[in-house]
Amino acid sequence: MTHEKTPLLKRDGTVKLLASLLSIVIGLVVGGLIVLFVGLGNSEIGAAGASEGLRLIFAGILSTGRSATGALTWGFNPTNVGNMLFRAMPVIMTGLSVAVAFKTGLFNIGAPGQYLMGTMVSLIIALGIDTAAVPAGCVWLLAFLGGIVAGALWGCIPGLVKAFLNINEVLACIMTNWIAANVVTWVFDGSRFRNVVENTKSGYIYKTSFNGVATPKLGLDRLFPGSQVNAGILIAVIFAIAMYILMNKTTLGYELKACGANRHAARYAGISDRRNIVLSMAIAGALAGAGASLYYLSGNTEFFWTTYQSLPAEGFNGIPVALLALNNPIGVIFAGLFMAMLNIIGLQLTNLTAYNEFITDVIIAIIVYLSAFSLVIRMFITGRKRKVPPKLGYEPTPPVKPAEAEPPIVQESGEGGEIA
Amino acid sequence: MTFLIQQTLIYGVPLLIVALAGVFAERSGIINLALEGIMIFGAFIGVLFVRLMQTAAVFDAARTAGNYLALQGLELLAMLVAAVCGAIFSLLLSFASINLRADQTIGGTALNLLAPALVLFFIRIIANQNTLQMISGDSASWFMIKKTTLGFDRDADLGFFGNTFLHKVYLATYICIILFIVLSIILYKTRFGLRLRSCGENPQAADSLGINVKRMRYTGTTISGALAGLGGFVYALTTANCASTGDVAGFGFLALAVMIFGNWKPLNIAGASLLFGLFKCIAAAYSSIDINGDGVYALANIGISSHFYRLLPYLITLLVLAFTSKSSRAPKAEGIPYDKGMR
Repeated sequence: MTHEKTPLLKRDGTVKLLASLLSIVIGLVVGGLIVLFVGLGNSEIGAAGASEGLRLIFAGILSTGRSATGALTWGFNPTNVGNMLFRAMPVIMTGLSVAVAFKTGLFNIGAPGQYLMGTMVSLIIALGIDTAAVPAGCVWLLAFLGGIVAGALWGCIPGLVKAFLNINEVLACIMTNWIAANVVTWVFDGSRFRNVVENTKSGYIYKTSFNGVATPKLGLDRLFPGSQVNAGILIAVIFAIAMYILMNKTTLGYELKACGANRHAARYAGISDRRNIVLSMAIAGALAGAGASLYYLSGNTEFFWTTYQSLPAEGFNGIPVALLALNNPIGVIFAGLFMAMLNIIGLQLTNLTAYNEFITDVIIAIIVYLSAFSLVIRMFITGRKRKVPPKLGYEPTPPVKPAEAEPPIVQESGEGGEIA
Repeated sequence: MTFLIQQTLIYGVPLLIVALAGVFAERSGIINLALEGIMIFGAFIGVLFVRLMQTAAVFDAARTAGNYLALQGLELLAMLVAAVCGAIFSLLLSFASINLRADQTIGGTALNLLAPALVLFFIRIIANQNTLQMISGDSASWFMIKKTTLGFDRDADLGFFGNTFLHKVYLATYICIILFIVLSIILYKTRFGLRLRSCGENPQAADSLGINVKRMRYTGTTISGALAGLGGFVYALTTANCASTGDVAGFGFLALAVMIFGNWKPLNIAGASLLFGLFKCIAAAYSSIDINGDGVYALANIGISSHFYRLLPYLITLLVLAFTSKSSRAPKAEGIPYDKGMR
């Protein structure tokens, strides 16, 4: 409201953006320091290797490999950029998933499980319906919708136990994650979708292109030759815009945010907090499921089905994306692109140096760590202490608070009745 | 039956000690969601320590001479190192949540993301693969206590108790049980324990009585980190053949569920962790469980998919939480950063 009077650097939005950028810089610097120290302490890598690693961490997206003499070469690499767009697609969707739940005061760490369930249903539909009988476009659409529904239903489970039994959604989400990983392996074990044609690929499901189902490229493959990019990234961006409109311009979005700000006050105001908690988790699950569908319907991706011992990183990476974007759906697009860029940098490190891609996970973890106390960072930027701390996107709730399951909202009127 | 009890103990004891780690943090007022991450870190450090000792050939002489006492000493040292490093790692969480008043859920999640990333980064550089194992031998040949270790004859029958608790067991299991008992008594029967718990219930009142809330919370979280790091190494030693893979299969979160199910009380937690250990044991070894010793593997013969047994522990956790959440009582002030000005 008073934007004209506040200087640009003191505006809330600017400060938040600066805080996120500062987190990124600190994360990259710490990651760089680890690379430097590991390199200097390891005789096989040495100072030269360490400096290569450092340069790749900060500018890996511009790497074009090694020249004939073995030196790193730099320049615009369309394959890398295209792959970055491709990898941004699922993390934008899971980032949206986590962000929507955050807005309702829920921490959706269940995105990996929802992602897995979306993957499973999508792949079964895409490979199960013969494209000789049904047009490939229809199968694609059905599979996409199937993934969304599966994710939504899976997301409902932690939502339901949170709303009605007041179980901490973090624990419920973790359990549903592992259950999903086992269910997916169970369903695909012995199924006819396992890839038995290419026998070097044991443990994988067929690509959807085996059934002629694939996301259209819309010419993006000519723009970024050699990369996996397709129109899915555009769908992800459309989803982000739609979520922005839903959260900021509709009654439903307002109700969801009201529940996130204060569940009990929202109920007092006539908003059904339970319905909104379940709904929020369902929307979050749908978004994660949609992300999985987009990724695996690309036609050039394969799903490793014996996944019962591991959870997909795309799901967990939704958390840093949402935190970096401060739960703003439009911000999620850029945070997702950044996360995908880190991913590409990790691949460059693995391919070109003695380091490996896990250093980028370290950077991501540091960024999440910093966003846990983003308030302190924001105060550091503005250089002043706020009297009223602005509320975080997520309101911390202890695992179980039975005392608050039935808040004594009507206590006052009850006492009044006794006196009368 | 012997097999069943041993396997249940092997899976139950890490849960037991890590659930107690959760209790120490939460009783002091800090939600330690990072148990999983600290376990992963502790497992890595412990395995790395054993490897370094093997590289330096410190214990090779003892190994060839069959001096099992020295090898048990190595196991104890590795446990100690894992605990110390777990405590140091948990300082990241304490610093963020006590000094910077951070959101403890996000802080814990950050540690859960950081631990596997760091661990795998170093494992890949050290071993050029995604698993860090012992350089030679395995945990059974180096650390397991067998009949022969204790000086009995190879064919000696030690009776039911002897066969169950003295043959093919790990010293770490018993150390953890003793630690659990001692620390539970400290938490519930000493002045220090009372003060720690008061910081999780009403820190303002504790502060007004001269208790340093910040220091108490640091103490609670650090003990928690040490126990979780220790539990992580014990898990790697007894169930994963002394190998670190940057993963403990959700054991840290199972331990949190055990803690809630056990209502933040040691005796209930002991029972709950044995129950969960039993389910984990069924999941891992259902095909070779022979309950009454008649040579019939009942669970394998029912014909239920192995995948079902694998998801059972997680499903049971969810159901148990659903049915017990109404009656559980969490420390009142947990998760809330301490603010002197707040009343």
